[in-house]
Amino acid sequence: MAEAQNDLKYLPLNDLHVELGGKMVPFAGYSMPVQYPMGVMKEHLHCRAQAGLFDVSHMGQVILRGCAYAELAEALEGIIPQDVVGLAEGRQRYGFFTEAEGGILDDLMFANRGDHIFMVVNAACKAEDLAHMRAMLPGIEVVEITDRALLALQGPQAEAVLAALMPATADMNFMDVAVMDWDGAELWISRSGYTGEDGFEISVPVAVAEAFARALLADARVAPIGLGARDSLRLEGGLCLYGHDIDTSTTPVEAGLAWAIQKVRRSGGAREGGFPGAVHILEQMTNGAPRKRVGLRPEGRAPMREGVELFASAEGGELIGHITSGGFGPTVEAPLAMGYVPAEMAAPGTVVYGELRGKRVAVTVTKLPFTPANFKR
Amino acid sequence: MKYTEDHEWLSLDGDIVTVGITEHAATALGDVVFVELPEVGTMVSKGDEVAVIESVKAASDISAPLDGEIVEVNEAIVDAPSKVNEDPLGEAWFIKIKIDDVGAVNDYMDEDAYNDHIG
Repeated sequence: MAEAQNDLKYLPLNDLHVELGGKMVPFAGYSMPVQYPMGVMKEHLHCRAQAGLFDVSHMGQVILRGCAYAELAEALEGIIPQDVVGLAEGRQRYGFFTEAEGGILDDLMFANRGDHIFMVVNAACKAEDLAHMRAMLPGIEVVEITDRALLALQGPQAEAVLAALMPATADMNFMDVAVMDWDGAELWISRSGYTGEDGFEISVPVAVAEAFARALLADARVAPIGLGARDSLRLEGGLCLYGHDIDTSTTPVEAGLAWAIQKVRRSGGAREGGFPGAVHILEQMTNGAPRKRVGLRPEGRAPMREGVELFASAEGGELIGHITSGGFGPTVEAPLAMGYVPAEMAAPGTVVYGELRGKRVAVTVTKLPFTPANFKR
Repeated sequence: MKYTEDHEWLSLDGDIVTVGITEHAATALGDVVFVELPEVGTMVSKGDEVAVIESVKAASDISAPLDGEIVEVNEAIVDAPSKVNEDPLGEAWFIKIKIDDVGAVNDYMDEDAYNDHIG
């Protein structure tokens, strides 16, 4: 344990988290605030009602450059099933790296920034992602950005709060990206997030990150939010957590992420296939996948967490799947979960059973997200 | 009041012991969202799992601190689990056990010893 402690990396804003009373825990190799004195429940509700500030600097920020956007895009399309070529400058998309069997290596956001591609990848996967891109994208510079913090400002008041510092951010739409000046520093801003709320993710030079975070926190509408509420917010938002809801054993079709594969990359599209696992993934898009990720609402109040076994009947019968993430939804005021069930049991309203402390509890398949998305379209 | 190493508190009145969780435990658990209590009339032995607490973070068990019979449970915390965070030492008691051996309560820590234990 002592060794693991010594290997922990600290976020650029570590001192600020400690000052704010953050309870620091190890996560993906970093010491991260899991909650502040407000507590997970109130932080969650505050973010849905006003605005929350998240430090997500553990995530990987990567730039692809070294040739024209069209060439960068064409190369990237060789390892992700998204339409990168057709992405307009100043726009961002959700995507994922796939592997030969159709599984997901990581999920990511990527943006057309004119002369380069900017992407954000998961902390736990970033070393593998960088190695993967360097191996698979010869001739392209894959640059890990290590001199910037990444902050997320999320919630219905996020626009008003950020616009008070930078008025032009109010004009951005969901999945727009922009470069803006704040106090002489260059901020890379996207209108996106991981809560199901409107909001922004802001890449800020480490040198001014604390000043910028303090400027946001000075607004009474903003509260700092830890990893605990980040998880319950994204769960209510029906958003996948890599390593839990999706991994190399799940395909995008099983995971319900086929929407993120644009027409041009699908069967019959102008740039059909051409990414790892395309044969399997496109076959599943045509014929359906044997299992599906679904939203699940357990009966009663007991949360069902990751690993809970699912069955088709209240007694006996075979295991049909597992819960991949679950907990209590503070906005929904009930336990909720996501997991995989056979395709024939994936229709909303279907009742399956989760085994909790030896007892089978009814679980209803529910449409995702659990809470309506409040994006600015 | 007496305290267990598992952060339960015990309050004895005659041969009835009331059991709850300490302030320290409630804070460490975080927001409590679910409580499951045993049926009244259940005979329990020391160490048996008698209740389940789930917070936003994790699930944990409450074990019977002594041998006896469950004579009352606090349904109010089943209906409103957040009471466990608001008043763990008072309103949010969990169970009352009619115990066989009243003297066994004295095996547990007093407040000073418990404060050392969590300090």
